[in-house]
Amino acid sequence: MSSPRKIPAPYYRAKTPHIIGWTECRGEQAFCRLYNIIAVLACVVLVGILLATVAFLPAFGEPGNPVGNEVPARYIEQGVQETGATNVVAGMILDYRAFDTFGEVNVLLAAACAVLILLSGHPPDAFDTLLREMEEPRHDIILQKTALLLVPMIMLFGIYVVMGGHLGPGGGFSGGAIIGASLILYASTYGTRKARRFFTLSTYENVVTLCLAFYGLAKGYVFFTGANALDSHIPLGTPGNLLSSGLILPLNVAVGLMVASTMYVFFVLFSKGSDAVDVE
Amino acid sequence: MIAPIEYILLTYLVIAAVAICAARNLLASIIIFTSFSVVVSVLWILLSSPDLAITEAAVGTGISSILFFVVLKRIRVMEEEHRQQEKQS
Repeated sequence: MSSPRKIPAPYYRAKTPHIIGWTECRGEQAFCRLYNIIAVLACVVLVGILLATVAFLPAFGEPGNPVGNEVPARYIEQGVQETGATNVVAGMILDYRAFDTFGEVNVLLAAACAVLILLSGHPPDAFDTLLREMEEPRHDIILQKTALLLVPMIMLFGIYVVMGGHLGPGGGFSGGAIIGASLILYASTYGTRKARRFFTLSTYENVVTLCLAFYGLAKGYVFFTGANALDSHIPLGTPGNLLSSGLILPLNVAVGLMVASTMYVFFVLFSKGSDAVDVE
Repeated sequence: MIAPIEYILLTYLVIAAVAICAARNLLASIIIFTSFSVVVSVLWILLSSPDLAITEAAVGTGISSILFFVVLKRIRVMEEEHRQQEKQS
């Protein structure tokens, strides 16, 4: 597109005084009224169905519930010996049920692809430059000095949460989100031009490809064999040590890297327009 | 058993959920939504699942509200440009 895009007026402000027919006057009103009635009816029916379903659910926390079968008992009793992770939740989501987490990471990839398709790819136009002028940081000295103190600490805490995911509460998703938040703070304080020195769109593509390929190679086989069929022959180590529990730590690092870079790219694409992550 | 503080927090969740829909100002809606996430993450801690609490605090409170704020700013830029175009024509 060479000419600048025009932002279309919202449909409710469109004025077409030269054509006033039945469809504009009565038809639209009738459609709006019918739409409201159908929407309210659909909401009431849905609420009724859901409340009726809730009445049939088993009581919360009863020992005889269907979820209290042998699977969680096995996870809780033998999880530490079988996965080597003192955090049983990490052992579940990254060892027993690692293919679930693989699916979640792929959902993140699909969301990133959709955002990239929608918000990048066209050359910058008048709208993007206007956006850039409004979004450029104003060299606020207090904000910059505060960010100078806070960004390394937030990033260090995020790295701690990622690395300690198999020892205590934490893991790739939450730690990656914390690291992404520190990157967003840096980019919104110092502008994306400085952040572009170490993070561009090609960096993002490399990180995502490497992390997904590693995850798929490490855990993709369970789609064909089932979760307990193959032994990885990686020593589990002493539960409680940093270097223990086999593949859980590298998988956490891969998920964390991918989540952090995806959060940052989302922020930059949403706020700064299309070419803010591209190479100059 | 449900502790009394959980009753207070759950009541707040209901009030906040109605207030998010009822608020006329979009910025106020986003801020109430952020407080909703904070209270949910406190509830996760009370239900003894710190993993979920950390994720809720980082994703629900941090990242998603940042994205909401950014999109709100983008909408305001679009409205301003639309107003300028109307003024010129």
